[in-house]
Amino acid sequence: MEKITSREEVPTKILQALLNQETDITIEDALENEMILNMGPQHPATHGVLRLLLRLDGETVMACVPELGYLHRGYEKMAENMSYYEFIPHTDRLDYLAPMANNVAWVMAVEKLAGIEVPPRAQYIRMMVSELARIASHLLAVGALTMDVGALTVFLWTLREREKILDIWDILCGARFTNSYTRIGGLANDAQPEALAKIKWFIEQFEENMDECERLINTNRIFVERLDSVGVISAEDAIQIGFTGPNLRGSGVEFDLRRATPYMFYNEMDFKIPVYKEGDCLARYFVRCDETRESIKIIRQILDKMPQGEIIANNPKRVLPKKAEIYSKMEELIHDFMIVNFGISPPVGEVYSAVENPKGELGFYLVSKGEGNPWKCKIRSPSMVNLQALPMLVKGHMISDVVAIIGSLDPVMGEADK
Amino acid sequence: MDLKELVTYKLKEKFPEVEFDITDYKEQLAVTFGKKNIVNVASFLKDDPDLQFKLCEDVTAIDWARRKNRFTVVYHIFSLKLNSRIRLKSDVDESDLSVDSVAFVWKTADWHERETYDMYGIIFNNHPDFRRMYMPEEFEYYPLRKDFPLMGIPGSLPLPKKDE
Repeated sequence: MEKITSREEVPTKILQALLNQETDITIEDALENEMILNMGPQHPATHGVLRLLLRLDGETVMACVPELGYLHRGYEKMAENMSYYEFIPHTDRLDYLAPMANNVAWVMAVEKLAGIEVPPRAQYIRMMVSELARIASHLLAVGALTMDVGALTVFLWTLREREKILDIWDILCGARFTNSYTRIGGLANDAQPEALAKIKWFIEQFEENMDECERLINTNRIFVERLDSVGVISAEDAIQIGFTGPNLRGSGVEFDLRRATPYMFYNEMDFKIPVYKEGDCLARYFVRCDETRESIKIIRQILDKMPQGEIIANNPKRVLPKKAEIYSKMEELIHDFMIVNFGISPPVGEVYSAVENPKGELGFYLVSKGEGNPWKCKIRSPSMVNLQALPMLVKGHMISDVVAIIGSLDPVMGEADK
Repeated sequence: MDLKELVTYKLKEKFPEVEFDITDYKEQLAVTFGKKNIVNVASFLKDDPDLQFKLCEDVTAIDWARRKNRFTVVYHIFSLKLNSRIRLKSDVDESDLSVDSVAFVWKTADWHERETYDMYGIIFNNHPDFRRMYMPEEFEYYPLRKDFPLMGIPGSLPLPKKDE
């Protein structure tokens, strides 16, 4: 160990933090010579550029220090220097597995700050795309977790389902991956009949296909034993460490922002919140599988209830006018010029707006000084907070379990690093 | 009793000597007070059986640039019992950038405070593992301060040394 500390290229503070960590675990036949292993940032199982420093005794993890920041692009600084409209495409790049949900979260925060009322049809479509985003994200999480523990086929099957959602997004907004579908005050364009027809077709066949995927793996003994009672966190600890979303519900806390602080029309929807008490990797896996089915239930209700009408608010000072009107009407041209050049200038104030994203609670804290740019924008990203539990969870497990635990936490580094 | 009355009553009862400024904007409650009391107030709000603000969602700071108290530290906490969120705010002056850490009250504040230090340079006393969060260790600036240019500072991120 002394050899490593003397080498210059290893930043000493991280290493010190690793050595300072107290370990209260005892293992049989301890080797009594500890080794430090660097895992990542370029490691396929860390779901991006997460770097871990592990202190090992044999193959057992004694302590772990995660190191973030390899994908830090400074989105908070960029948000302070651009208008509220300009930041919408950047939210796609936060949690890039569910970009639609981020778009919705951002515009909801801005609308709250500026006091813009959104027409009901737009809100229903927003709910629909966030639920699709939830399914898409969970499908990848489930597939990647099973692939991390060695079952490749499930990944291919869940990605096949995910591909259908990306195709739906393609019809809805013209982009499969970085959508930027929402606008302040509404949506970029209405949901076309063929998109709705495709969603209907998708939810009809999804549950059967999901059962098929689960049948592949749920009774597989190797899979279950790799995840059962690995990375256990109690409900109390989970709240202390700041878990939200499926990870918290895997520890037996029935907390979902869609229920706790209902936004849009979630209070009119009938859905269950899947909760598992065990708090291990397997519980988190089951929560995600069950949540996809609940999302299907919500989408079915949305399709039944969705009203006709406008999809963008009538608020000329704050909402961009339609392109055709800009070219033909003077008033709209002036408003477009003002909004594009000077921004929407919400009144002085501050709001914190949080929504339930696939990964957990995504919050935007916006402070306005009455200018076109936000004075401050803080992104409360669930992945970063969830990763904080990693040192606690991996202690005493094998190196190969570290991979399973990261997979069960489902972090996205684009969001964790901002 | 609505949330504002409840929180006001509870805080006034427990801390009669502390000045609280409790405001309500867009149905979001914000409590402003001096930074000396942050740990006491935080642990009271967390442990009080009627409030139970057990989930700390976020810790961050605001740089006001030209104001007398240049920074404000902001905490967002959520009560699973009341299903509501409040915001705690505390002013920090540039001459004394230290605030007591709440990482022992809410464990999750650990990384949030590290991030706040990394981005604004606010020092959190008694923090268990006080390092930069995102930027490299040898970085000398605080990027989210208003006097840090958007383009960055040339040469502030040194390239790794070559192996001899």
